[in-house]
Amino acid sequence: MQLSRPPVRLGVRLLVLLTFAILPGLTAAFDQPFLLDLALRMMILATAAVSLNLILGYGGMISFGHAAYIGIGAYAVGIPAYYGEYSGYVQLPLAIGAGALFALITGFICLRTKGVYFIMITLAFAQMAYFAFVSIEEYGGDDGLVINLRSKFTGVIDMESTHEFYYVVLVFLVGALYLVSRIVNARFGMVIQGAKDNEPRMQSLGFDTFRYRLACYVIAGAMAAAAGWLMGNYNYFFSPEMMSWTHSGELIFMVVLGGAGSLFGPVLGAIVLIILEEVLSGATVYWPLILGAILISVVLFARGGLEGALAMLERRK
Amino acid sequence: MEWVLFVSQLLNGLQLGVLLFLLAAGLTLVFGIMDFVNLAHGSLYMMGAYFCVTLNPLLGSFPLAVLVAVVLTFILGIAVELVVSRHLYQRDHLDQVLATFGLILFFNGAVHLIWGPEGNPIALPEYLNGRFILPAGIEIPTFRVAIIATGLAVAAGLIWLVTMTRMGMLIRAGASNRRMAGALGVDIKKLFTLVFALGAAMAGLAGMMITPITEANIGMGDDILIVAFVVIIIGGIGSIRGAFIAALIVGMIDVMGRSYLDGFMKLFLDNQSAETASPALSAMAIYILMAGILYFRPRGLFPPRHR
Repeated sequence: MQLSRPPVRLGVRLLVLLTFAILPGLTAAFDQPFLLDLALRMMILATAAVSLNLILGYGGMISFGHAAYIGIGAYAVGIPAYYGEYSGYVQLPLAIGAGALFALITGFICLRTKGVYFIMITLAFAQMAYFAFVSIEEYGGDDGLVINLRSKFTGVIDMESTHEFYYVVLVFLVGALYLVSRIVNARFGMVIQGAKDNEPRMQSLGFDTFRYRLACYVIAGAMAAAAGWLMGNYNYFFSPEMMSWTHSGELIFMVVLGGAGSLFGPVLGAIVLIILEEVLSGATVYWPLILGAILISVVLFARGGLEGALAMLERRK
Repeated sequence: MEWVLFVSQLLNGLQLGVLLFLLAAGLTLVFGIMDFVNLAHGSLYMMGAYFCVTLNPLLGSFPLAVLVAVVLTFILGIAVELVVSRHLYQRDHLDQVLATFGLILFFNGAVHLIWGPEGNPIALPEYLNGRFILPAGIEIPTFRVAIIATGLAVAAGLIWLVTMTRMGMLIRAGASNRRMAGALGVDIKKLFTLVFALGAAMAGLAGMMITPITEANIGMGDDILIVAFVVIIIGGIGSIRGAFIAALIVGMIDVMGRSYLDGFMKLFLDNQSAETASPALSAMAIYILMAGILYFRPRGLFPPRHR
């Protein structure tokens, strides 16, 4: 019976989004600004993870270079700011445009390949972006640069106000979720998912799967760059380190931990991973050792991620 | 003077190429035979270096320390294969990538715990620390020659092993058709363990060879691993010959790009823009090369015949 099942997943989704929505009030009441900071990071990385899930979870394109887009988005805040251009109306479109362009160029080559080649090539292109920015001394090279002011939307939003910035980030997260849900349920998304399961079949049905995939890849890149734009604003800082491939690995972990190919999974994955990192790094400097062991165990023993576990819970009751 | 610099850069390129081959050979074998993506290969490179850091003063002889450290890395390779990798061969590449990413974090944390966060140097003995003086004022550090010679010897040994011996035959049989080889009575599991550990030992050796020049650092294998990936992609995943040729090409282009690109660009750009653009471009050179090759040959220069 469809109706007798408790809607665990829907409940969790609403609970998470509701908590995010009322958190500024709570943290102000209990004087815990640190929690707000943590929630901001969760939401920004969740936005990036949601965009990665679009290509990885739904499209089967295992991109190991997604952190590059976050870096590109952050540089799109930092480089204009370096030249005195703080307008968000310039920076945000620049971030999205640059992310889309990088995705278009690299995707054109990456998507000609399959499987493990694809993983390694996306990784290599992200590394290329990383080293390119490391070697540009003008923008701080290895160390990156400080951004003095957040993007300005004069008269509309004051990004310097923590609460207003917080809700901007929340809007981006919800927007990303909405966009992905619209995409995967549209004809376009069906083609992408069909090509993941059986590409020759989609091709023989007359779909040019390469073009569909490329479009999907570009959309995900643009979304991740928007998350990077938020990240640059959040940190007041940009550096090549944001593009390093360990961050790409973390994004993949968020998606898989939450449940690849489920709309809300990446958000749960981002929340859990950041809490895990926060707790472990507070407990010991050797936290990567423990996190690594947890990661390996998750892969070896838990399949389907958190969303999968919640779905099991629904079925059992 | 120009020539002296050129020759020494040529040697640097060769040295980088040889080191890359040591790393890439293991990667490409493991992938070719077991269809397994091992991101933690760079960690084995790091572990080899750290073993050598500890053993060198203990044993009092660098070559002996290298020898023992190679054996230790081999054993570590067996352990990693038995505990983690073995359970991942049947999984998809995403799971493999994630689990081996976890291994990287684990090893980086372990090195931090055991050896501390600072870099660890390896002191070379006198006879490796000198220079060969050639005519025309060309000086070559002895140790660089030793690296190149060791690397080429290992490459030759590996090619001999794979093409001429019974074990090599089994490896090739496993690579072209795993199930058939298993059905014909080859102990595939044992073969996999052996190949994995062999790759680990070669990666460890590469780490030991570079440490006297740089230092052993946490995460030292992470960046060079990506370059090793570029090498096996260019060479064609699974091909030893491809890995060798691609490693030399990548090593040369990387070193030469860094030292000569700005001079070259000054020929048709003004000094200012050449000096800003050339570091970025030379850092990107090998990736651009990879993109170019993949555009025309999506499976690399020497794609394996099967699969």
